[in-house]
Amino acid sequence: MIGVLLRRDLAVLLPGGRRGGSLLPLLFFLAVAMLYPFAGGPEPELLARTGGGVIWVAALLAAILPLERLVSADLEAGVFDQLHLRGVSEEWAMASRLLAHWLAFAPLLLLAALPAAALLNLPSETLRALLLGLLAGTPGLAAIGLAIAALTASLRGAAALSGLMVIPLAVPILIFGAGSLARPDGAGLALTAAISLGLCALAPFAAGAAIRAAREG
Amino acid sequence: MQARLVAKDIVCRRGDRLLFRGVSCALGPGEALHVAGANGIGKSSLIRILAGLLRPFAGDVARSGGVGLLDERPALDPQASLQAALGFWAALDGTRPMALTDHADALGLYDLFDVPVRYLSTGQTKRAALARLMGQQVPIWLLDEPLNGLDPPGVALVEDLVARHLVGGGIAIIASHQRFAVSAATLTLAEFAA
Repeated sequence: MIGVLLRRDLAVLLPGGRRGGSLLPLLFFLAVAMLYPFAGGPEPELLARTGGGVIWVAALLAAILPLERLVSADLEAGVFDQLHLRGVSEEWAMASRLLAHWLAFAPLLLLAALPAAALLNLPSETLRALLLGLLAGTPGLAAIGLAIAALTASLRGAAALSGLMVIPLAVPILIFGAGSLARPDGAGLALTAAISLGLCALAPFAAGAAIRAAREG
Repeated sequence: MQARLVAKDIVCRRGDRLLFRGVSCALGPGEALHVAGANGIGKSSLIRILAGLLRPFAGDVARSGGVGLLDERPALDPQASLQAALGFWAALDGTRPMALTDHADALGLYDLFDVPVRYLSTGQTKRAALARLMGQQVPIWLLDEPLNGLDPPGVALVEDLVARHLVGGGIAIIASHQRFAVSAATLTLAEFAA
Protein backbone atom coordinates (compact mmCIF):
# COMPACT_ATOMS: atom_id res chain seq x y z
CA MET A 1 0.00 0.00 0.00
CA ILE A 2 2.73 2.44 1.02
CA GLY A 3 4.71 1.39 -2.05
CA VAL A 4 1.82 2.35 -4.34
CA LEU A 5 1.50 5.72 -2.60
CA LEU A 6 5.23 6.40 -2.80
CA ARG A 7 5.38 5.47 -6.48
CA ARG A 8 2.64 7.96 -7.28
CA ASP A 9 4.12 10.71 -5.10
CA LEU A 10 7.50 10.27 -6.77
CA ALA A 11 5.96 10.30 -10.24
CA VAL A 12 4.26 13.57 -9.36
CA LEU A 13 7.16 15.29 -7.57
CA LEU A 14 10.36 14.18 -9.33
CA PRO A 15 11.83 16.63 -11.84
CA GLY A 16 10.64 15.76 -15.28
CA GLY A 17 7.61 14.14 -13.68
CA ARG A 18 4.07 14.71 -14.78
CA ARG A 19 3.57 18.02 -13.04
CA GLY A 20 7.09 19.10 -13.96
CA GLY A 21 8.65 22.39 -13.01
CA SER A 22 10.57 20.98 -10.11
CA LEU A 23 13.94 21.69 -11.72
CA LEU A 24 13.29 25.38 -11.04
CA PRO A 25 14.35 25.28 -7.35
CA LEU A 26 17.66 23.80 -8.48
CA LEU A 27 18.27 26.53 -11.06
CA PHE A 28 17.31 29.09 -8.44
CA PHE A 29 19.86 27.55 -6.07
CA LEU A 30 22.61 27.74 -8.69
CA ALA A 31 21.63 31.28 -9.63
CA VAL A 32 22.12 32.46 -6.04
CA ALA A 33 25.59 30.87 -5.92
CA MET A 34 26.38 32.53 -9.24
CA LEU A 35 25.14 35.98 -8.21
CA TYR A 36 26.91 36.15 -4.86
CA PRO A 37 30.44 36.89 -6.23
CA PHE A 38 28.94 39.71 -8.31
CA ALA A 39 27.34 41.28 -5.26
CA GLY A 40 29.92 40.45 -2.59
CA GLY A 41 33.10 40.87 -4.58
CA PRO A 42 35.36 38.25 -6.16
CA GLU A 43 38.12 38.02 -3.48
CA PRO A 44 38.92 34.29 -3.19
CA GLU A 45 39.47 34.39 0.63
CA LEU A 46 36.14 36.15 1.22
CA LEU A 47 34.29 33.67 -0.99
CA ALA A 48 35.99 30.68 0.61
CA ARG A 49 35.07 31.96 4.09
CA THR A 50 31.44 32.98 3.44
CA GLY A 51 30.52 30.82 0.43
CA GLY A 52 29.39 27.84 2.50
CA GLY A 53 26.88 29.99 4.38
CA VAL A 54 25.56 31.42 1.12
CA ILE A 55 24.98 27.92 -0.21
CA TRP A 56 23.09 27.03 2.96
CA VAL A 57 20.82 30.07 2.61
CA ALA A 58 20.28 29.29 -1.07
CA ALA A 59 19.40 25.68 -0.19
CA LEU A 60 16.88 26.84 2.40
CA LEU A 61 15.21 29.22 -0.04
CA ALA A 62 15.23 26.60 -2.80
CA ALA A 63 13.47 24.19 -0.44
CA ILE A 64 10.60 26.66 -0.12
CA LEU A 65 9.86 26.87 -3.85
CA PRO A 66 8.21 23.45 -4.37
CA LEU A 67 5.87 23.84 -1.38
CA GLU A 68 3.02 25.55 -3.20
CA ARG A 69 1.66 22.47 -4.95
CA LEU A 70 3.04 19.88 -2.55
CA VAL A 71 -0.29 19.26 -0.78
CA SER A 72 -2.90 21.71 -2.02
CA ALA A 73 -3.46 20.15 -5.46
CA ASP A 74 -4.34 16.77 -3.94
CA LEU A 75 -6.49 18.39 -1.28
CA GLU A 76 -8.51 20.19 -3.95
CA ALA A 77 -8.82 17.04 -6.05
CA GLY A 78 -10.20 15.07 -3.10
CA VAL A 79 -7.33 12.56 -3.14
CA PHE A 80 -6.99 12.53 0.65
CA ASP A 81 -10.74 11.91 1.04
CA GLN A 82 -10.53 8.91 -1.26
CA LEU A 83 -7.47 7.61 0.60
CA HIS A 84 -9.28 8.04 3.92
CA LEU A 85 -12.22 5.97 2.64
CA ARG A 86 -9.75 3.22 1.74
CA GLY A 87 -8.36 3.18 5.25
CA VAL A 88 -5.13 5.03 4.39
CA SER A 89 -4.62 7.49 7.21
CA GLU A 90 -3.52 11.04 6.53
CA GLU A 91 -0.35 10.31 8.49
CA TRP A 92 0.69 7.53 6.11
CA ALA A 93 -0.11 9.68 3.10
CA MET A 94 2.02 12.46 4.54
CA ALA A 95 4.90 10.15 5.48
CA SER A 96 5.02 8.93 1.90
CA ARG A 97 4.81 12.50 0.63
CA LEU A 98 7.67 13.53 2.95
CA LEU A 99 9.95 10.83 1.60
CA ALA A 100 9.02 11.63 -2.00
CA HIS A 101 9.50 15.36 -1.44
CA TRP A 102 12.96 14.82 0.03
CA LEU A 103 13.97 12.43 -2.75
CA ALA A 104 12.74 14.89 -5.34
CA PHE A 105 14.82 17.84 -4.20
CA ALA A 106 17.68 16.81 -1.89
CA PRO A 107 19.83 14.49 -4.05
CA LEU A 108 19.76 16.96 -6.92
CA LEU A 109 20.54 19.80 -4.53
CA LEU A 110 23.59 17.92 -3.25
CA LEU A 111 24.67 17.39 -6.82
CA ALA A 112 24.17 21.07 -7.65
CA ALA A 113 26.19 22.01 -4.57
CA LEU A 114 29.29 20.79 -6.43
CA PRO A 115 29.19 23.39 -9.24
CA ALA A 116 27.99 25.97 -6.71
CA ALA A 117 31.02 25.26 -4.53
CA ALA A 118 33.26 25.57 -7.57
CA LEU A 119 31.69 28.95 -8.41
CA LEU A 120 32.44 30.13 -4.88
CA ASN A 121 35.93 28.63 -4.78
CA LEU A 122 35.26 26.58 -1.63
CA PRO A 123 38.20 24.51 -0.31
CA SER A 124 37.64 20.76 -0.38
CA GLU A 125 37.29 20.32 3.41
CA THR A 126 34.59 22.99 3.48
CA LEU A 127 32.85 21.28 0.58
CA ARG A 128 32.90 18.01 2.47
CA ALA A 129 31.40 19.61 5.59
CA LEU A 130 28.85 21.39 3.40
CA LEU A 131 27.68 18.22 1.65
CA LEU A 132 27.44 16.27 4.91
CA GLY A 133 25.60 19.17 6.52
CA LEU A 134 23.12 19.43 3.64
CA LEU A 135 22.60 15.68 3.75
CA ALA A 136 21.80 15.93 7.45
CA GLY A 137 19.77 19.12 7.21
CA THR A 138 17.61 18.69 4.08
CA PRO A 139 15.31 16.02 5.63
CA GLY A 140 14.49 18.55 8.33
CA LEU A 141 13.85 21.27 5.76
CA ALA A 142 11.59 18.87 3.85
CA ALA A 143 9.70 18.02 7.06
CA ILE A 144 9.12 21.67 7.97
CA GLY A 145 8.08 22.40 4.41
CA LEU A 146 5.59 19.55 4.31
CA ALA A 147 3.96 20.50 7.63
CA ILE A 148 3.63 24.13 6.53
CA ALA A 149 2.36 23.15 3.08
CA ALA A 150 -0.35 21.01 4.68
CA LEU A 151 -1.27 23.77 7.14
CA THR A 152 -1.66 26.36 4.41
CA ALA A 153 -3.07 24.03 1.72
CA SER A 154 -6.64 25.26 1.97
CA LEU A 155 -5.72 28.96 2.07
CA ARG A 156 -5.74 31.30 -0.87
CA GLY A 157 -2.36 32.80 -1.77
CA ALA A 158 -0.60 30.31 0.46
CA ALA A 159 2.70 30.36 -1.45
CA ALA A 160 4.13 33.52 0.07
CA LEU A 161 2.70 32.73 3.49
CA SER A 162 4.21 29.24 3.61
CA GLY A 163 7.60 30.71 2.66
CA LEU A 164 7.39 33.18 5.51
CA MET A 165 6.37 30.47 7.96
CA VAL A 166 9.16 28.08 6.97
CA ILE A 167 11.98 30.57 7.44
CA PRO A 168 11.82 31.04 11.25
CA LEU A 169 11.31 27.31 11.81
CA ALA A 170 14.33 26.51 9.68
CA VAL A 171 16.66 28.76 11.66
CA PRO A 172 17.95 26.02 14.02
CA ILE A 173 18.91 23.80 11.09
CA LEU A 174 20.64 26.75 9.45
CA ILE A 175 22.54 27.68 12.64
CA PHE A 176 23.88 24.20 13.30
CA GLY A 177 24.23 23.18 9.67
CA ALA A 178 26.08 26.29 8.50
CA GLY A 179 27.84 26.43 11.88
CA SER A 180 29.36 23.00 11.26
CA LEU A 181 31.35 24.57 8.39
CA ALA A 182 33.49 26.48 10.89
CA ARG A 183 33.81 23.66 13.44
CA PRO A 184 35.61 20.59 12.18
CA ASP A 185 34.63 18.40 15.20
CA GLY A 186 31.27 17.24 13.81
CA ALA A 187 29.17 18.48 16.74
CA GLY A 188 27.18 20.83 14.53
CA LEU A 189 26.61 18.04 12.08
CA ALA A 190 25.29 15.75 14.81
CA LEU A 191 22.92 18.43 16.08
CA THR A 192 21.65 19.13 12.55
CA ALA A 193 20.96 15.46 12.03
CA ALA A 194 19.22 15.24 15.42
CA ILE A 195 16.93 18.17 14.61
CA SER A 196 16.17 16.66 11.22
CA LEU A 197 15.28 13.30 12.72
CA GLY A 198 12.98 14.91 15.27
CA LEU A 199 11.25 16.98 12.61
CA CYS A 200 10.83 14.00 10.27
CA ALA A 201 9.21 12.05 13.08
CA LEU A 202 6.78 14.85 13.91
CA ALA A 203 5.95 16.21 10.45
CA PRO A 204 3.61 13.42 9.22
CA PHE A 205 1.47 13.81 12.34
CA ALA A 206 1.34 17.59 12.15
CA ALA A 207 0.60 17.52 8.42
CA GLY A 208 -1.99 14.74 8.82
CA ALA A 209 -3.81 16.71 11.52
CA ALA A 210 -3.74 19.78 9.28
CA ILE A 211 -5.39 17.86 6.45
CA ARG A 212 -8.12 16.54 8.73
CA ALA A 213 -8.70 20.08 10.01
CA ALA A 214 -8.95 21.38 6.43
CA ARG A 215 -11.60 18.72 5.72
CA GLU A 216 -13.77 19.85 8.62
CA GLY A 217 -13.38 23.53 7.75
CA MET B 1 -20.76 -9.75 6.15
CA GLN B 2 -23.91 -7.96 5.08
CA ALA B 3 -23.59 -4.35 4.08
CA ARG B 4 -25.44 -1.90 6.30
CA LEU B 5 -25.61 1.82 6.73
CA VAL B 6 -27.52 3.27 9.65
CA ALA B 7 -27.68 6.93 10.58
CA LYS B 8 -29.53 8.18 13.65
CA ASP B 9 -30.66 11.74 14.36
CA ILE B 10 -27.92 13.45 12.39
CA VAL B 11 -27.54 17.15 13.05
CA CYS B 12 -25.30 19.08 10.71
CA ARG B 13 -23.76 22.45 11.47
CA ARG B 14 -21.58 24.36 9.03
CA GLY B 15 -19.98 27.40 10.61
CA ASP B 16 -22.64 29.15 12.67
CA ARG B 17 -25.51 27.74 10.61
CA LEU B 18 -27.54 24.66 11.49
CA LEU B 19 -28.26 23.03 8.12
CA PHE B 20 -30.57 20.19 9.13
CA ARG B 21 -31.48 18.15 12.19
CA GLY B 22 -32.99 14.79 12.99
CA VAL B 23 -32.05 12.99 9.77
CA SER B 24 -32.17 9.21 10.16
CA CYS B 25 -31.95 6.38 7.70
CA ALA B 26 -31.27 2.66 7.70
CA LEU B 27 -30.27 0.79 4.58
CA GLY B 28 -29.55 -2.87 4.00
CA PRO B 29 -28.40 -4.85 0.97
CA GLY B 30 -30.13 -3.87 -2.26
CA GLU B 31 -31.65 -0.70 -0.84
CA ALA B 32 -31.19 2.80 -2.17
CA LEU B 33 -31.99 6.26 -0.91
CA HIS B 34 -32.45 9.36 -3.00
CA VAL B 35 -31.58 12.51 -1.05
CA ALA B 36 -33.46 15.36 -2.68
CA GLY B 37 -33.37 19.05 -2.00
CA ALA B 38 -32.47 22.45 -3.36
CA ASN B 39 -28.90 23.77 -3.69
CA GLY B 40 -27.23 24.61 -0.40
CA ILE B 41 -29.61 22.63 1.76
CA GLY B 42 -26.86 20.25 2.89
CA LYS B 43 -27.00 17.26 0.55
CA SER B 44 -23.23 17.16 0.10
CA SER B 45 -22.66 17.63 3.83
CA LEU B 46 -24.98 14.70 4.55
CA ILE B 47 -23.08 12.53 2.07
CA ARG B 48 -19.77 13.48 3.65
CA ILE B 49 -21.15 12.76 7.13
CA LEU B 50 -22.36 9.33 5.98
CA ALA B 51 -18.93 8.69 4.43
CA GLY B 52 -17.27 9.52 7.75
CA LEU B 53 -15.37 12.46 6.28
CA LEU B 54 -17.27 15.05 8.29
CA ARG B 55 -18.20 14.76 11.94
CA PRO B 56 -21.90 15.37 12.54
CA PHE B 57 -22.69 18.03 15.15
CA ALA B 58 -24.83 15.35 16.84
CA GLY B 59 -26.00 11.85 15.99
CA ASP B 60 -24.35 8.59 14.99
CA VAL B 61 -23.48 6.85 11.77
CA ALA B 62 -22.79 3.12 11.72
CA ARG B 63 -21.40 1.44 8.62
CA SER B 64 -20.57 -2.15 7.89
CA GLY B 65 -18.87 -2.64 4.58
CA GLY B 66 -16.53 -0.45 2.56
CA VAL B 67 -17.60 2.97 1.38
CA GLY B 68 -17.08 4.46 -2.06
CA LEU B 69 -17.61 8.15 -2.67
CA LEU B 70 -18.30 9.87 -5.96
CA ASP B 71 -18.47 13.65 -5.77
CA GLU B 72 -17.55 16.60 -7.95
CA ARG B 73 -13.84 16.00 -7.38
CA PRO B 74 -12.54 13.08 -9.46
CA ALA B 75 -9.29 12.60 -7.44
CA LEU B 76 -7.42 11.78 -10.66
CA ASP B 77 -4.04 13.35 -11.41
CA PRO B 78 -4.77 15.99 -14.06
CA GLN B 79 -1.36 15.63 -15.72
CA ALA B 80 -1.37 11.83 -15.84
CA SER B 81 -2.89 9.74 -18.59
CA LEU B 82 -6.29 8.33 -17.75
CA GLN B 83 -4.80 4.85 -17.58
CA ALA B 84 -2.10 5.90 -15.11
CA ALA B 85 -4.53 7.94 -13.00
CA LEU B 86 -7.02 5.07 -12.75
CA GLY B 87 -4.15 2.62 -12.40
CA PHE B 88 -3.05 4.25 -9.15
CA TRP B 89 -6.44 3.66 -7.54
CA ALA B 90 -6.67 0.19 -9.09
CA ALA B 91 -3.31 -0.70 -7.52
CA LEU B 92 -4.50 0.63 -4.17
CA ASP B 93 -7.84 -1.20 -4.37
CA GLY B 94 -6.34 -4.40 -5.73
CA THR B 95 -8.44 -4.20 -8.90
CA ARG B 96 -7.30 -6.64 -11.56
CA PRO B 97 -6.10 -4.91 -14.76
CA MET B 98 -8.71 -6.88 -16.70
CA ALA B 99 -11.48 -5.56 -14.49
CA LEU B 100 -10.22 -2.01 -14.92
CA THR B 101 -10.29 -2.41 -18.69
CA ASP B 102 -13.79 -3.88 -18.51
CA HIS B 103 -15.07 -0.99 -16.40
CA ALA B 104 -13.48 1.57 -18.71
CA ASP B 105 -15.00 -0.22 -21.69
CA ALA B 106 -18.44 -0.26 -20.11
CA LEU B 107 -18.16 3.48 -19.48
CA GLY B 108 -16.93 4.28 -22.99
CA LEU B 109 -13.49 5.34 -21.77
CA TYR B 110 -11.28 2.74 -23.37
CA ASP B 111 -10.29 4.97 -26.32
CA LEU B 112 -9.29 7.72 -23.90
CA PHE B 113 -6.77 5.66 -21.90
CA ASP B 114 -3.77 7.57 -23.29
CA VAL B 115 -5.32 11.03 -22.91
CA PRO B 116 -4.17 13.16 -19.95
CA VAL B 117 -6.99 13.63 -17.45
CA ARG B 118 -6.90 17.42 -17.81
CA TYR B 119 -8.00 17.14 -21.47
CA LEU B 120 -11.14 15.16 -20.59
CA SER B 121 -14.51 16.90 -20.72
CA THR B 122 -16.71 17.27 -17.65
CA GLY B 123 -18.77 14.25 -18.60
CA GLN B 124 -15.73 12.14 -19.44
CA THR B 125 -14.15 13.04 -16.10
CA LYS B 126 -17.34 11.98 -14.36
CA ARG B 127 -17.26 8.66 -16.20
CA ALA B 128 -13.62 8.23 -15.19
CA ALA B 129 -14.55 8.81 -11.55
CA LEU B 130 -17.25 6.17 -11.95
CA ALA B 131 -14.65 3.73 -13.24
CA ARG B 132 -12.61 4.46 -10.09
CA LEU B 133 -15.69 3.78 -7.96
CA MET B 134 -16.47 0.50 -9.75
CA GLY B 135 -12.89 -0.69 -9.32
CA GLN B 136 -13.13 -0.09 -5.59
CA GLN B 137 -15.59 -3.01 -5.26
CA VAL B 138 -17.30 -1.80 -2.09
CA PRO B 139 -20.93 -2.38 -1.12
CA ILE B 140 -21.82 1.18 -0.04
CA TRP B 141 -21.95 3.77 -2.81
CA LEU B 142 -22.35 7.39 -1.84
CA LEU B 143 -23.04 9.43 -4.96
CA ASP B 144 -23.07 13.20 -4.74
CA GLU B 145 -24.73 14.65 -7.86
CA PRO B 146 -23.67 11.69 -10.02
CA LEU B 147 -25.55 12.98 -13.07
CA ASN B 148 -23.91 16.40 -13.28
CA GLY B 149 -22.25 16.96 -16.64
CA LEU B 150 -23.44 13.69 -18.17
CA ASP B 151 -25.26 13.43 -21.50
CA PRO B 152 -28.51 11.40 -21.70
CA PRO B 153 -26.72 8.12 -22.60
CA GLY B 154 -24.36 8.79 -19.67
CA VAL B 155 -27.31 9.31 -17.33
CA ALA B 156 -28.86 6.03 -18.49
CA LEU B 157 -25.51 4.34 -17.96
CA VAL B 158 -25.21 5.57 -14.37
CA GLU B 159 -28.79 4.55 -13.59
CA ASP B 160 -28.06 1.12 -15.02
CA LEU B 161 -24.84 0.81 -13.01
CA VAL B 162 -26.59 1.74 -9.78
CA ALA B 163 -29.46 -0.66 -10.49
CA ARG B 164 -26.99 -3.50 -11.08
CA HIS B 165 -25.04 -2.54 -7.95
CA LEU B 166 -28.28 -2.84 -5.95
CA VAL B 167 -29.15 -6.20 -7.50
CA GLY B 168 -25.70 -7.39 -6.43
CA GLY B 169 -26.54 -6.62 -2.80
CA GLY B 170 -25.06 -3.15 -2.66
CA ILE B 171 -26.31 0.02 -1.04
CA ALA B 172 -26.59 3.33 -2.84
CA ILE B 173 -27.32 6.80 -1.56
CA ILE B 174 -27.80 9.34 -4.30
CA ALA B 175 -27.82 13.02 -3.51
CA SER B 176 -29.22 14.82 -6.51
CA HIS B 177 -31.63 17.58 -7.38
CA GLN B 178 -32.40 15.66 -10.57
CA ARG B 179 -34.76 12.77 -11.09
CA PHE B 180 -33.03 9.43 -10.70
CA ALA B 181 -34.73 6.48 -12.34
CA VAL B 182 -33.82 3.81 -9.82
CA SER B 183 -36.41 2.56 -7.38
CA ALA B 184 -35.35 4.22 -4.18
CA ALA B 185 -36.85 5.69 -1.07
CA THR B 186 -36.71 9.49 -1.13
CA LEU B 187 -35.46 11.63 1.67
CA THR B 188 -36.49 15.24 1.18
CA LEU B 189 -33.92 17.21 3.11
CA ALA B 190 -36.10 20.33 3.24
CA GLU B 191 -38.34 18.60 5.80
CA PHE B 192 -35.42 18.47 8.22
CA ALA B 193 -34.15 22.01 7.70
CA ALA B 194 -33.38 23.69 10.99
